[in-house]
Amino acid sequence: MNILVCVKQVPDMESKFKINAAGTWYDITDLAWRMNEYDEYAVEQAVRLKEQLGDADLTVISIGPAKVTETIKKALAMGCDRGVHIVDEAVAGREPYEIASAIAAFAAGKEFAVIFTGMQSQDRGSAQVGVLLGEMLSLPSVTTIVDFAYADGTAVVKRELEGGIKARIKVAVPALFTCQLGLNTVRYPTLPNIMKAKKKELLAVPMAELLSVEPRQETVKISFPEKKGSGLILEGDPAELADKLIRILKDKTGVLA
Amino acid sequence: MKALLIAEYRDGKLLDSVYELIAFAEQMGAESSLFLVGSGEALPGFNGDLYLADIARHGEFNPEVHKELILGVAKQLQPGLVVFSHSSYGWDLAPRVAFGLKAAQISEVVAVVDGVPVVPVCNGKMRREVKAKTELRVMTLQAGAFGLPEIPATAPQVIPIDTSLSGRISFDGYEEAEKGGVDLSKAEIIVSAGRGIGKPENVAIIRDLAKALGGEYGASRPVVDAEWVEHNRQVGTTGQSVSPKLYVACGISGAIQHLAGMKRSEFVVAINTDKDAPIGEIADVLVVADLKQFVPVLTEKLQK
Ligand SMILES: Cc1cc2nc3c(=O)[nH]c(=O)nc-3n(C[C@H](O)[C@H](O)[C@H](O)COP(=O)(O)OP(=O)(O)OC[C@H]3O[C@@H](n4cnc5c(N)ncnc54)[C@H](O)[C@@H]3O)c2cc1C
Repeated sequence: MNILVCVKQVPDMESKFKINAAGTWYDITDLAWRMNEYDEYAVEQAVRLKEQLGDADLTVISIGPAKVTETIKKALAMGCDRGVHIVDEAVAGREPYEIASAIAAFAAGKEFAVIFTGMQSQDRGSAQVGVLLGEMLSLPSVTTIVDFAYADGTAVVKRELEGGIKARIKVAVPALFTCQLGLNTVRYPTLPNIMKAKKKELLAVPMAELLSVEPRQETVKISFPEKKGSGLILEGDPAELADKLIRILKDKTGVLA
Repeated sequence: MKALLIAEYRDGKLLDSVYELIAFAEQMGAESSLFLVGSGEALPGFNGDLYLADIARHGEFNPEVHKELILGVAKQLQPGLVVFSHSSYGWDLAPRVAFGLKAAQISEVVAVVDGVPVVPVCNGKMRREVKAKTELRVMTLQAGAFGLPEIPATAPQVIPIDTSLSGRISFDGYEEAEKGGVDLSKAEIIVSAGRGIGKPENVAIIRDLAKALGGEYGASRPVVDAEWVEHNRQVGTTGQSVSPKLYVACGISGAIQHLAGMKRSEFVVAINTDKDAPIGEIADVLVVADLKQFVPVLTEKLQK
């Protein structure tokens, strides 16, 4: 069985963000990058499925500049068999329809029986690429899964709804799944596996070879939200801060006697 | 411009979020029609057309079939806007419909500035104004971003629709969230642990502060996913909704899904090393400090 997992490299969300010169995205220099959190669960689930099946071939794919190979290598060290790097310096400005189209162009004809993606990215948060990819490949897709089991050509999964309620879903493969936080416990790559990953195949494909659609939307402006908070910001020595906070709680809330 | 608004049923009941869609369409100056897979028994109050597909036949969760039904209505109605809630139903269905309509989808709209939708970036750290290049636009709306309009007492004009498609995805019913343990919704004081606590041993720091304040402790989702704290203490859209007199968020960034669960708190204190963390937007007091140093000092002083 061929399995595909799609991953995105995103900045650490605790980074100090700045706006780029064009005012259309965050400045991508001087940031620490990592695998999109939702995609970590997708990679883990893909590796577990491969381990369950034995004879499966697991491809990890990512779109972006040279540094995304680090994220691909992490997925290889977690247990993916081969990596595909769609080389694209302009990835930051791409919208979900373009991204899904490029992945679909790569995946077409390769008979992936199961495709995993994250349910959304931490930066753009559109929650579209997975479902669009499914549509483009005419595969049924199930979003926001928090439980996955596979047997005899059928996946039995749970999708998470508001309030933590879950919907039980059954679907025959080939199918696509978008993964929600907490789907599984993500493994840490071990040192031997990191070494092994270095020898695994990592194919580079230029974005221009795969992208044949025009974007359907564009960002006209990005900005920081106005600080509307009348909130007080306290900084300084912990002991003094604690005294200040206790005074405020006594004055402003009825909870401290 | 015509707008097609997608209402939702959950567990046989109409969700109130439909009124947020109506409020949004009014703000956009659109002429609205509703779409619903439901039953004639629970219909929204609405002054206009409602395209109704029978839930008994088309299923409550059956995205491929619901997509087909919406495409059918869109073909007839020729809307300029198709609007969903950014909910587990909406974010699942919207991209399918957008693809079918060859339309741009703008996800999780929180505001509209001069007709241009605004969406969050990096969990609310920034915002983005997005222009569609297609004439027809599909949008999903963040829960609570657009107010409820006055609900008209009038019943909508029902137009029945159906399809013979059955779809490849089968839905076998719901599973309730784990119940039992604490009921945070009644707590007057809640101290919550976020990923910023760093390791499971530090849950104790949070629990001790909660105890010193005479309250309960809660957690954000990553702390629950890591199994450092049990699920019934999770605050947020997929956990509990709370409204205490005092909420103390320790090492919690303030993602919308967390805020949705605690923004009705009377007084919010955030303890965070990042001065720009979005939790600062709604906090009455933001203490910029390492919780591992600050919280034990605070607890000790409170115990005196
Ligand atoms: C459909 C859906 C449903 C969701 N439901 C929920 C939900 O119900 N509840 C929920 O909470 N989340 C939910 N989430 C996840 C949500 O999007 C965020 O990922 C999550 O809330 C982040 O949790 P956090 O703030 O603890 O972690 P992070 O976002 O990682 O933030 C950690 C914070 O800790 C601070 N920090 C780090 N170290 C320290 C230190 N030593 N001292 C002080 N501060 C420190 C950092 O500056 C940062 O602000 C949901 C997501 C989706 C997509």
